[in-house]
Amino acid sequence: MSEYNFAYLDEQTKRMIRRAILKGLAIPGYQVPFASREMPMPYGWGTGGVQVSAAILTPDDRFKVIDQGADDTTNAVSIRSFFERTANVATTTATEDASVIQTRHRIPEDTLTEDQVLVYQVPIPEPLRFLEPRESETRKMHSLEEYGLMHVKLYEDISRHGHIATSYAYPVKVEGRYVMDPSPIPKFDNPKLDDMAAIQLFGAGREQRIYALPPYTQVVSLDFDDHPFEASKADQICGLCGAADSYLDEVIVDDAGGRMFCCSDTDYCSRRRAAGHQGPAFPGSEVAA
Amino acid sequence: MEHSSLQAKTLLGGFEAPAIQSAHAFRGIMQAMARPGKIFDIEGAEPPAPLSAAAGCVLLTLCDTDTPVYLAGAADTPAIRAWLAFHTGAPLVGRSECMFALGSWRDLAPLSSYPIGTSQYPDRSATLIVESAELTPNGPMLTGPGIKDSAQLSLPDIAAFQDNHALFPLGLDFIFTCANRLAALPRTTEVSECMSQ
Repeated sequence: MSEYNFAYLDEQTKRMIRRAILKGLAIPGYQVPFASREMPMPYGWGTGGVQVSAAILTPDDRFKVIDQGADDTTNAVSIRSFFERTANVATTTATEDASVIQTRHRIPEDTLTEDQVLVYQVPIPEPLRFLEPRESETRKMHSLEEYGLMHVKLYEDISRHGHIATSYAYPVKVEGRYVMDPSPIPKFDNPKLDDMAAIQLFGAGREQRIYALPPYTQVVSLDFDDHPFEASKADQICGLCGAADSYLDEVIVDDAGGRMFCCSDTDYCSRRRAAGHQGPAFPGSEVAA
Repeated sequence: MEHSSLQAKTLLGGFEAPAIQSAHAFRGIMQAMARPGKIFDIEGAEPPAPLSAAAGCVLLTLCDTDTPVYLAGAADTPAIRAWLAFHTGAPLVGRSECMFALGSWRDLAPLSSYPIGTSQYPDRSATLIVESAELTPNGPMLTGPGIKDSAQLSLPDIAAFQDNHALFPLGLDFIFTCANRLAALPRTTEVSECMSQ
């Protein structure tokens, strides 16, 4: 513990990140440039989220990390132990016990409260990037509120597939002004962005951007009158806990094409199982697939 | 003699454990900016009079050699200049070049001379730390992002904040400090006369 400054980063770096967070909160959905640092993990492993977490953590926090909803995957485990070691901060896997939750590509199933902060790891913060590769142009498009191209992209989805096929990183409009990439969360999670009680912070390390949503901010998924936005998930129930309302992962279970669906939010699923809920694939269950 | 006591005051009053205290202070400032109108306690700094402890905390937490600061009116004293220089190293500049400005509402006016950002970089705008004689949840009504239904805060003005909000996404952001308490008002907040009064 003593060989690191609290939460790894030096104080000047934290001040720089903290100033970016404040401007991000003051201009919801706008991407604030910041001088992202090299972290002791590769880009793409959540360096943006880690830097935001390092700037906001206090010793009183209880920290949770999820990777695609799971607390026990490599990325989540390593980031959690990183802050246990460098900030000596308490950690948890229980969503309701956490005061700061860092996430890769999911929003927990439980409704978050005013006492919580959700930190997203963001790979590509610019929603227009795949439509216009030049930063100088996308910045101009944001300043002019020129988002027609994004609607053309969604329209091309419809003309090709008959529906909006974008299923993750589904673009949203914040408070009627900035179009924002909600990070690659499934579009199932998009409705949770809107009017959330918790503060939402987004960090993109490689791309050097921070953006934010204050609590109770209006976040609308882009759509068309005749093709309204629809939050979708696999049309199954969780094989382990039987939940029909949670976002499901498809898991290959053997070499013979066997598969099952289970909750992506491991905390939600294990709590349901502890409470006695059982899905069709639960070991020992008579209805095991 | 006078010189040495000034020097002692300059050296004192900073964070004793900067990493931990600034982390706590920032959480208060962040919560305030994310929830406009809500008042938060903040502690750890003892800046020279007439600066409030809250204003001192904000300066220690957010300012350094990268952040030009403008000291307005009564906040521009040799003691405060020396304290700020020793604890933050922030360069002192005029209002049109500042990232942070510090002073009473009256001393900070007129608002038109501070940077409000550019259309491509609206974040390059000043944050005004407004030293206030009182800070209470009474007064004009606030609505907007961060506020569940509406909030109230003892603001020194209404029209100035409405004009600032009209500039969105450009504009100034405000942190109101009073003793060891602070509240914030980002450019997104709509301010109106409270109906119930």
